[in-house]
Amino acid sequence: MNLALFIPELTLAVFALLVILLDLFTEQKRLLVQVSVSGLVISAGVTLAMWGESFPAIFNNMLAVDNFALFFKLLLLGVAFLVILASISYTQKFARFQGEYYALVLLSTLGMMLMAATTDLIAIYIALELTSLSLYALVGFLKDSKSTESSLKYLLLGAIASVVLLYGMALIFGFTGQTQLGEIARVIQAMSPQTILSFPALTLGLVMLITGFGFKIAAVPFQMWVPDVYEGAPTPITAYLSVASKAAGFALILRVFFSAFGLPEWLSLNWGIIFAFLAVIGMTLGNIAAIPQTNIKRMLGYSSIAQAGYLLVGMAAMGFSPVVDILGRSSIIFFLTSYALTNMGAFIAIIAISNKLDSDLIDDYTGIGKRAPLVALALTLCLVSLIGMPPAAGFMAKFYIFSAAVRSNLLWLVIIAVINSVISAYYYLRVVNVMWLGKAASEEKISSPGTLRLGLVLSCLGVLLLGIIPGFAMLLAEFAARIFVF
Amino acid sequence: MGLAIGFWISASVIIAAALGVVLLRNIFRAALSLILCFLMVAGIYITLSADFLAAVQILVYVGAISVLIILAIMMTREVQRGNLSNKLQLPAFIVALLFLGVLVLTVTNTPWPITDTAPVVPTTTTIASRLFGEGGFILPVEIAAALLLSAILGAIVLAREK
Repeated sequence: MNLALFIPELTLAVFALLVILLDLFTEQKRLLVQVSVSGLVISAGVTLAMWGESFPAIFNNMLAVDNFALFFKLLLLGVAFLVILASISYTQKFARFQGEYYALVLLSTLGMMLMAATTDLIAIYIALELTSLSLYALVGFLKDSKSTESSLKYLLLGAIASVVLLYGMALIFGFTGQTQLGEIARVIQAMSPQTILSFPALTLGLVMLITGFGFKIAAVPFQMWVPDVYEGAPTPITAYLSVASKAAGFALILRVFFSAFGLPEWLSLNWGIIFAFLAVIGMTLGNIAAIPQTNIKRMLGYSSIAQAGYLLVGMAAMGFSPVVDILGRSSIIFFLTSYALTNMGAFIAIIAISNKLDSDLIDDYTGIGKRAPLVALALTLCLVSLIGMPPAAGFMAKFYIFSAAVRSNLLWLVIIAVINSVISAYYYLRVVNVMWLGKAASEEKISSPGTLRLGLVLSCLGVLLLGIIPGFAMLLAEFAARIFVF
Repeated sequence: MGLAIGFWISASVIIAAALGVVLLRNIFRAALSLILCFLMVAGIYITLSADFLAAVQILVYVGAISVLIILAIMMTREVQRGNLSNKLQLPAFIVALLFLGVLVLTVTNTPWPITDTAPVVPTTTTIASRLFGEGGFILPVEIAAALLLSAILGAIVLAREK
């Protein structure tokens, strides 16, 4: 086994330990940020060096080192970098726990990177738990009543989702006798369709897997935790939850359903229709529930539920198309990348504004356009991208996902998705309207720290680049999706 | 035959004890009932010839976890009315019943693959080599180390004053 292929993960673990140790000896908390960021950069550098080549899976076929995994590792490391940038000014609220904060961010990033790469049910479960446990703690960092309540809710509901997931895994293991995704696929493909269809264990196992994973990606009806947790958590962690946790969850779903249950076709049609159904209720419920929200973090929470719905349209397209068709998978990867940049941008703008206003209410954003024009402009761009309007990345992302669905004969699903996009424009544009056309309560300018501005510039540049020249990113996404078969 | 009798005794006690955990009002009694449940799960492991797992189950769950739970109860006020119920009791009961039905149907209608090799005795060395040996489950073990670290960090943050 080549341990060199495990360096990105090892680096993060070592740097997480380093942050904890340094925290004991230094009063210079800036140093912790620098150490965490250098851990991320080194890990990303090593990952980048591996890009493009194909390696066999390591750890007895439990950890894939394919381009799919490498792509998601880079995406997650990038998101973690933006989250740390966004946290620097925010961590003053819990100054005593900065070491633990950065260490937990690194550890949960490690868990997510493993989620994108593991190919064995047992390793998948433990990677998922590593991610979740770190996030439960991070959500409660503010230690006020709202933050603690949301952390407890997240923990309890997350534990139930884990149990359901484990039950599903146990059923699938019992039915196939394998924990390795590739081996499971081989056992299933060796059976005749009649035998499998007459035995419900596999179907029930699949439904339970979807339930467990659905909780992670906040698909309706497993979304109950989202609004409260998004509102109560420290805002950088809300951003992290809405972006990284969702991306890692989708990476896991893509890998599991594609490599273990992608063939035979009637099986993928079966889970495809489940995902189509979840997509419809996810989009509709998320968008309708977002309309009456008055708190912008809650609103973005419901918006992220709706966005998970659009992503599930891609999953349905994947289930309905032949395995060789790459568009479904690559469109999901493109959408996740664009969504990650967009949502990070939106949340960083919110941190910049809310830090000064000390409020997350949309009404208090009145007239922000005059008080902080650049931040408001960035937030506007991100909201426009979330609606899916050009020139932002969201437009191309939706375009690709919808065309993948049309190609898989899911026109009805696309029509519902487009109607939903129109509904969503209402609540996104309301924020834009309030920011630019409302009359501000005070004329005082809002200045934001340099780290936030850097993060904002990076994410907005990404949003624009993906929107204006999407071809290159789409090529990358196709590359990441193609190597994925093993 | 003896194994089957052992299994059915453990299984029925587990169900009774689990019902006790949910239905008993006094939270302390519910905790004791949970410990009985843990103990009987170890019994199931014994009937499956998983001796090491049974020992670990008793050490960790019956030993450590139960002490933890009882300590937590000690620090809680109003033990008597601890196990509150709410108006969702009936819907929850119906959902649980439906779920039970689905599971029973699934389990009875699926021909589970059964191995014909005799169980390994003792299991300890085999488990050790599967966990730490070449071609084993070393990756999950290593991730578990990171998991414990993050759990400890989380506990420190939650327990300490701001």
